[in-house]
Amino acid sequence: MKTKHLLSLLRNLVAWGLSAIMFIPLLLVVINSLKTRAEADAMDMRLPSSLQWSNFAVVIEEGKLVQSFFNSLLYAVGAMVGSVLLASLAAYVLSRRRTRLNRALYFYLIMGIAMPTNFVTLMKVMQWTHLVNTQTGIILMMTASAIPFSVFLIYGFVSSVPRELDESGIVDGCTPVRLFFSVVFPLLTPVLVTVAILNFMGAWSDFIHPLYFLNSSEKWPMTLAVYNFFGRFEVYWNLVSADIVLTTLPVIAIYLLGQRFIISGMMSGSVKG
Amino acid sequence: MNRTSYPLYFTAAALAVYTVFFVLPGVMGIFYSFTDWNSYTDEINFIGFKNLAGIFSLEDRYLGFIRNTIVFTVATVVLKTVLGLLFAILLNEGIRFKGFHRVMLFMPAIVPMLVVGLIFKSILHPATGLLNETLRAIGLDFLAQKWLTDLNWAFKSIIAVDTWKGVGYIMVIILAGLQSIDRTYYEAASIDGANFWQRLLKITIPLIVPALVVTTVLNLLHGLKVFEVVYVLTNGGPGYATDVMYTAIFKEFSKGNYGMGTALSSVLFVVMTVLGYFVIRLMSREGHEQ
Repeated sequence: MKTKHLLSLLRNLVAWGLSAIMFIPLLLVVINSLKTRAEADAMDMRLPSSLQWSNFAVVIEEGKLVQSFFNSLLYAVGAMVGSVLLASLAAYVLSRRRTRLNRALYFYLIMGIAMPTNFVTLMKVMQWTHLVNTQTGIILMMTASAIPFSVFLIYGFVSSVPRELDESGIVDGCTPVRLFFSVVFPLLTPVLVTVAILNFMGAWSDFIHPLYFLNSSEKWPMTLAVYNFFGRFEVYWNLVSADIVLTTLPVIAIYLLGQRFIISGMMSGSVKG
Repeated sequence: MNRTSYPLYFTAAALAVYTVFFVLPGVMGIFYSFTDWNSYTDEINFIGFKNLAGIFSLEDRYLGFIRNTIVFTVATVVLKTVLGLLFAILLNEGIRFKGFHRVMLFMPAIVPMLVVGLIFKSILHPATGLLNETLRAIGLDFLAQKWLTDLNWAFKSIIAVDTWKGVGYIMVIILAGLQSIDRTYYEAASIDGANFWQRLLKITIPLIVPALVVTTVLNLLHGLKVFEVVYVLTNGGPGYATDVMYTAIFKEFSKGNYGMGTALSSVLFVVMTVLGYFVIRLMSREGHEQ
């Protein structure tokens, strides 16, 4: 009995230790974002002597963060709406009509889950389409790279929506577009919310597309802005920390709000079998 | 009825965007791998296998990038799977505040990789970093290292940071697998007097194989495509010791050596597409059974 107690205590301790290892690096940034420059020099866990909220104001001004914030929002929302719309339209038809061709198309679309992007030749494509260094271009690229996994998730869900509903819609004379948007689309909500959240977070965190394809700073998203801010103000860890907090806060907020959907999205595919 | 109610043009937009901005560059890349395409001249000449020969020659450093990518992938797959499984078992049951701990362990997974890189650049700083400070404070000075600039430690540090970020995600997937196991198996086993290891090896692991397959695939694809964590932490340094495929591609791209960059990219493309073919076939078959 005694060893069992001890074992349970040990397990709880290990769990707290792990949580600390995961959380301390994040907490470290929050603490240091409120310090003066001298205090933040050491980047340690000592609490600030007085809270320097002004760091955030400085960062927003110096790092042109208002602009970057709205850029990030534009890219993330654009890629989210684009991928949800295009992927659900495609997944719906491919899942409902499983002809030989459609199975092949589905396979072709989800092959993208494994394929890496060739950014060098992507540049060539962007030049041809006159989309280099444009916001539309970034949104299209992010949408394209989100489509495979989105199609995969939605495709699996479509089969759980009863076909009888489609049929009654058809009997009532719905056009295909009407049928999809007024009958099927609402019923896909659970999976679409998951896909939307995952793709929003993915696009918000995306660093590599902007790094390759955006050279004017007024089009930079938060990630690229933070990176360049770090390059210029490497010694001002209080400001860098404040910048990091502002970049991360939106995704943490969305995570805490949409936790249920995120986890269910990650799970689909893994526990099916 | 089918044909008119589920028109194929619904798939057109997705197919077009995906093909033009995702597949086309990959396929074009194979063609451009055989050219001397660069930023200095508009002329593009065929040079045959020169780029590929460079990548696979022992004199050049390119093979090192391939080796690093493989080492990184294998190391992170193993670390995240083993640790993820251990953490999942720890947090599955019989522990207080397990919901809280799960949220904490998953938290790094949603922080942008770039941000994680910047945070650890500070934590791993040799003089003022939190890690070395802590080691010195508890009298373990000899363990303090130049984590990101020492040849022996830089790549290990990168692997550790990536594991720190990714292990919670893997844990959550494995947890779902664990929770789908019927408890009666364990009850029967404990009546038969099975110990922890026997239960783990004979019940838990065989029953969560589907979840482990998924986590392995995810980790594998993530590992081969690694970029940000290396770019931010060391940018391939010291020297070229920690360069991986994607950082090497970016360097060639920045220098204007588009032909070489695309050749490197195409090697990755071909390997991952072939690998992906089998993985995706497995995934799409599962979908059909549903």
